[in-house]
Amino acid sequence: MAQIIHRSTNLLKPVSVAVSATRHLTTASTTPITVETSLPFTGHNIEPPSRSVETTPQELLSFFRDMVLMRRMEIAADSLYKAKLIRGFCHLYDGQEAVAVGMEAAITKKDCIITAYRDHCIFLGRGGTLMDAFAELMGRKDGCSKGKGGSMHFYKKESGFYGGHGIVGAQVPLGIGLAFAQKYCKDENVTFSMYGDGAANQGQLFEALNMAALWDLPAILVCENNHYGMGTAEWRAAKSPSYYKRGDYVPGLKVDGMDAFAVKQACKFAKEHALKNGPIILEMDTYRYHGHSMSDPGSTYRTRDEISGVRQERDPIERIRKLILSHDLATEKELKDTEKEMRKEVDDVIAKAKESPLPDSSELFTNVYVKGFGVEAFGADRKELRAVLP
Amino acid sequence: MAAMLQSVRVASASFHLPDQCSKLPAFSVCSLPVIRSERSSSLDPIHGTRSTRKVITKAVAAQAENPAAAASKPGHELLLFEALREGLEEEMDRDPRVCVMGEDVGHYGGSYKVTKGLAEKYGDLRVLDTPIAENSFTGMAVGAAMTGLRPIVEGMNMGFLLLAFNQISDNCGMLHYTSGGQFTIPTVIRGPGGVGRQLGAEHSQRLESYFQSIPGIQMVACSTPYNAKGLMKAAIRSENPVVLFEHVLLYNLKERIPDEEYVLSLEEAEMVRPGEHVTILTYSRMRYHVMQAAKTLVNKGYDPEVIDIRSLKPFDLYTIGNSVKKTHRVLIVEECMRTGGIGASLTAAINENFHDYLDAPIVCLSSQDVPTPYAGTLEEWTVVQPAQIVAAVEQLCR
Repeated sequence: MAQIIHRSTNLLKPVSVAVSATRHLTTASTTPITVETSLPFTGHNIEPPSRSVETTPQELLSFFRDMVLMRRMEIAADSLYKAKLIRGFCHLYDGQEAVAVGMEAAITKKDCIITAYRDHCIFLGRGGTLMDAFAELMGRKDGCSKGKGGSMHFYKKESGFYGGHGIVGAQVPLGIGLAFAQKYCKDENVTFSMYGDGAANQGQLFEALNMAALWDLPAILVCENNHYGMGTAEWRAAKSPSYYKRGDYVPGLKVDGMDAFAVKQACKFAKEHALKNGPIILEMDTYRYHGHSMSDPGSTYRTRDEISGVRQERDPIERIRKLILSHDLATEKELKDTEKEMRKEVDDVIAKAKESPLPDSSELFTNVYVKGFGVEAFGADRKELRAVLP
Repeated sequence: MAAMLQSVRVASASFHLPDQCSKLPAFSVCSLPVIRSERSSSLDPIHGTRSTRKVITKAVAAQAENPAAAASKPGHELLLFEALREGLEEEMDRDPRVCVMGEDVGHYGGSYKVTKGLAEKYGDLRVLDTPIAENSFTGMAVGAAMTGLRPIVEGMNMGFLLLAFNQISDNCGMLHYTSGGQFTIPTVIRGPGGVGRQLGAEHSQRLESYFQSIPGIQMVACSTPYNAKGLMKAAIRSENPVVLFEHVLLYNLKERIPDEEYVLSLEEAEMVRPGEHVTILTYSRMRYHVMQAAKTLVNKGYDPEVIDIRSLKPFDLYTIGNSVKKTHRVLIVEECMRTGGIGASLTAAINENFHDYLDAPIVCLSSQDVPTPYAGTLEEWTVVQPAQIVAAVEQLCR
């Protein structure tokens, strides 16, 4: 079983060397454990994969660790926004961590992921560091986009994370383009184009799907259905809320997005399918605890009972915690310590990011064009008459 | 990285004005095919009538009928769309990452024949026939460019690219900036625009005015086979997204271009006719109206300096500035609408930078702010005609 064991070390790298008290580094950390997903998969035009997922204690604990880190990061971003250190739009992903973590477990860094504006945790999953994220959110020059992108424009080219896009639905044709390039270069990788239930009604999505199916591109369209398109519930926006069926001739799979193992199984299955047969749609049934963004309280269009109900019954971190405890991989206290460790790590990085410098004013004009081709400002007294082309 | 640009120019780049009528051969034929004999007494044996005489409609231009004479001149003659194709083909041979996508570019060969024959040569994936979905295939090109491919997007008519405006503006133009330099988008977006022959309002749009404020893109307009090939090659090699504006009426222009490979600079303007009295700035099809007006002006004793600005974003203020410093009078002739067009921006730029050198206010002749009507006479009056150019120069030089 080819587990991608090193995957989570990117997240663990900035961790202080304080040796974790959990037992995962000791015996039997790679003994396979079989876990059942919470719900069966529902397929459209395809035979769904089985509910049993192979995993290891190490993976379970790394899932827990990663999700706690992501949750902590989002909560910290919430307080930073309220303290006016993060401005503009800030879309938080807490509640949906299982999708990011489960997807990473099934793929490599050579596969591409592209998503919309709710991108902080996926960025982290792809290997982005906390410092990159917080510096970018606060508009500092150490941010992943040099402070010029902001919350909605996280990118990491080396690990195949293509962002980070503000306009709803516009990233899906881009994702199909990534898949096109993968097919053109014949490199046996896939692209996950993620979008939400709100974007599922965009025309360009169906255009892109048509093209992907026409040319058998290795594209996987992932609909993160958190049931609300900003303030509009899905039943008020879509005639057919079965987003996995919307592909018609393109097969689809409905997945419980709050279960990291279901996500992992589905993504692995989808990757195999896409490399052989072309596009497939995955609908992740998930939920966000925060409102659409920080300016949305999130309670005007849904009841607090609904939110707390989901938190009690379907929370992804709690599910992993129960699994860990039931398989006796760590004690309650150890898990609590992990959470404290993650909290401290996030606080440390925030403190450092707060001190980090703002971009220079000259950065206003850099990266508009690739350097050397004119316009930083072409004045009348331009000395260089000729540009230099490769 | 320092490869020099070669702006090799043919000593006298002769070009033909576009035929005012549809493309008729230089001689008229009778309805039955006649086998022409070399004998001077050409009697048609079937009809008993005199067979046709060769009527030369243009006494001035080089017809290049004599193959021996043609071979002695340097370079080869071709039409503008063939020049574009040549540039495209050379770049596709040179770099396997260059690919073309658009509607009917593959098997059909392109609605203006720019990509004819390329799909047979390079395959269906490299010359991709897309469905009619401008928004998403432009987005697809941008996504492919983010990974390192160099796609060329063809809009069958520039007006259709309005559907892809979001992709061009946000993703093409701004991704390099918002990603902090991580991604470059080396796409070329090209297609014919401008007012044609009674094509109707929706198919006669001039998108350069809408695209000009998008940060991060470069815009160029080609006007002759020579600069079409050079700009196409430069646009493909550029790491920035470039929008190449062609014109529906200029595709059949014929010119002799060099055999050697050449690439033009994307930011340079072209000096068409040096002069002393007035600077006329123009681009694309209006260049020909200006040159026609220039003939009349020369006869009237004026000496206009005509510059084809070619680079619509950024403006080549160096060449333009030097010209203004020499002539002190500027006339801009463009096909964009009056409001918010390229001429408006150029007027502002020249006023800001060269105000002290101007002896008279800048005059900008643009198309009328109306949807292009279908009726021929009305359509003629929406764009600037040579007579108006002559009148404007006379006014300016008083």
